[in-house]
Amino acid sequence: MLRLVVRRLLQLIPTLFGLTVLLFIWIHRLPGGPAWALLGERGNEAARRQIEEQLGLNEPLLVQYGRWLRRLFELDLGNSVKTGQPVWDEFTLRFPATFELGVTALLFAVIIGIPLGYFAARRRGSWLDVTAVSGSLLGICVPVFFLAMILRSIFAVNLGWLPSGGRLTTGIDATDVTGFAVLDGVLTGEFDASWDAIQHLILPGLALASIPLAVVVRITRASVLEVLSEDYVRTAESKGLRKSVVRGRHVLRNALLPVVTTVGLLTGSLLSGAVLTESAFSFGGIGSFIRQAISDRDYPVLMGFILFIALLYMLINLVVDLTYGLIDPRVRVN
Amino acid sequence: MPLLSVDELKVTFQGQGRRASTAVSGVSFDVDEGQVVGLVGESGCGKSVTSLALMGLLPKKGVRVEGRADYRGTDLLSLRPSAMRDLRGTQLAMIFQDPLSSLNPVVPIGVQVTEILSRHRGMRGQAARDEAAALLERVGIPDPTRRLKEYPHQLSGGMRQRALIAMAVACAPRLLIADEPTTALDVTIQAQILELLKELVDQEGTALLMITHDLGVVAGLCDDVNVLYAGKVVESADRRNLFAEPAHPYAHGLLNSIPRLDAPRGQPLNPVRGSINDQIAWADGCAFAPRCDHYTLECLEGAPELGPLAGAGAPAGHQVRCVNPVRERLETVTLADVGAGDDSPAEPVTQKEETSE
Repeated sequence: MLRLVVRRLLQLIPTLFGLTVLLFIWIHRLPGGPAWALLGERGNEAARRQIEEQLGLNEPLLVQYGRWLRRLFELDLGNSVKTGQPVWDEFTLRFPATFELGVTALLFAVIIGIPLGYFAARRRGSWLDVTAVSGSLLGICVPVFFLAMILRSIFAVNLGWLPSGGRLTTGIDATDVTGFAVLDGVLTGEFDASWDAIQHLILPGLALASIPLAVVVRITRASVLEVLSEDYVRTAESKGLRKSVVRGRHVLRNALLPVVTTVGLLTGSLLSGAVLTESAFSFGGIGSFIRQAISDRDYPVLMGFILFIALLYMLINLVVDLTYGLIDPRVRVN
Repeated sequence: MPLLSVDELKVTFQGQGRRASTAVSGVSFDVDEGQVVGLVGESGCGKSVTSLALMGLLPKKGVRVEGRADYRGTDLLSLRPSAMRDLRGTQLAMIFQDPLSSLNPVVPIGVQVTEILSRHRGMRGQAARDEAAALLERVGIPDPTRRLKEYPHQLSGGMRQRALIAMAVACAPRLLIADEPTTALDVTIQAQILELLKELVDQEGTALLMITHDLGVVAGLCDDVNVLYAGKVVESADRRNLFAEPAHPYAHGLLNSIPRLDAPRGQPLNPVRGSINDQIAWADGCAFAPRCDHYTLECLEGAPELGPLAGAGAPAGHQVRCVNPVRERLETVTLADVGAGDDSPAEPVTQKEETSE
């Protein structure tokens, strides 16, 4: 098992290397450049050249790439062109918020999606099934920012049940330890701060969860329907087993296999979806920072961010693959 | 009193907005304690649906089951689902056609055997595992302790069917239903599995309802045989009488269609022509009439009834649903020809003879 993990991790290296080459070329081919973005409308050719010299952008692309790669080996992602701060610091400041939001959305998708899909399949054709299927279609169709607006106007503005934006209520006494607001509250014993952070996560989490939730409902439903007509479920029934055993061990256990893969794949799309949701709820995550970095042509930030997301995505899929081996003996590597 | 007495079992499938289709249209037969009864017919004749109906395994929605199936004085068809759940596995057990798809792929064999022990015999932990190993051993699986930890895909086809048989006999049921248990297996394995089934039912005195389209299986195993056509029993007889003197043209055709080794080369085979009709037409007369060589206008005057074979010398208990039964002994078809011929040396009938009326 350990050897398998190590081998899979080593396999990531060439993939990541290839990604850096592609990224570097692609990002430097974007029209404009950091110099123009910094100078704005009033910039002139001389000023641009000066800045490019400072940043080393006048050198051949290969030299720039080599320098960037060497720094990467020292785990240095460079400094942001715009703020001058190390890219890593900018990330650690903002990423926890995005991560919290992503995990919340994933939890919503799994905790609501799997039971809903399961019962929709069990009561195929019932009002529950029809609602779940058409609701999930709606969930996929409605744009996230629009859903965010609706959720906010209903639950925050009209009903006043939940905060309308931000990560924490201003003025609340919260000590920053890890940057993860919910976790910090638990670590420091400031449970009211954790609770406050959770309340702030519900609406953006729901908005972000809409697409993954819809996908999970549909995959679970289809999968359960398929498993229900399998011969081994009939065998289980023929043995006179209790309903709970038939449903848990024989139906759900098998039906969840494709759901696990799907959830792994969705995790990647959650990170990119977070960008929109964060701006709708003025949630201080990494989304708006990256959007700004794109228009600023902030090369180091973009490179670092995309590489980071790619690595995260690969690791998540590795975990999913390994989990899959645990739950499905047929793919287990001997 | 028979162990199981099925009376006018009728199963109708009614899809939403679709025309109802009758899979089983009035099947009656008995199974005595310790008896092996065959249910024979081609695909689509309703034999599998009959077995599923008896086990209460048909879907609740869109299926109408009528008639009676008395098992030790209880009507299985009108039993509450929870009561039926208690009977399944203990009193009635079933073995299915495809052993790979009939086993849960992600659960070890051991768990699939012990779960029935814990459900019906209250066995837990090591005791259950020991009993499961003993069961696997009994059905001829070598190294049972290791096999318990393995998954279905790690076993061969024959082993899987043996494992399923182990589960079926785990609680010593009084009636075992086997739905084409050897169809998905190699011929060499088929014989082993049949031998095993025979041994188990002999030891325990379990009655066996054998559902098959394989006349070799019938000849080797069954005491009584019911031939199904289009959802009705068309002939019911003792195995020997059926093979010697099939009276229904369909049963006659089935037996006659078996290729013979001693026939001259190049002699055409004798298939039953046509194919079974989806729309069961017993209401308008005999459903086999369109495929029958013996049919007369009389065949289309309402469905014939199942009745004793008429005529002197007709054996008792031989019943047929036909107005023009075949009165001709089959030329040299013996039980040995169809794969049996072990303990029952039926005299070969060497010449065609007309039975006197």
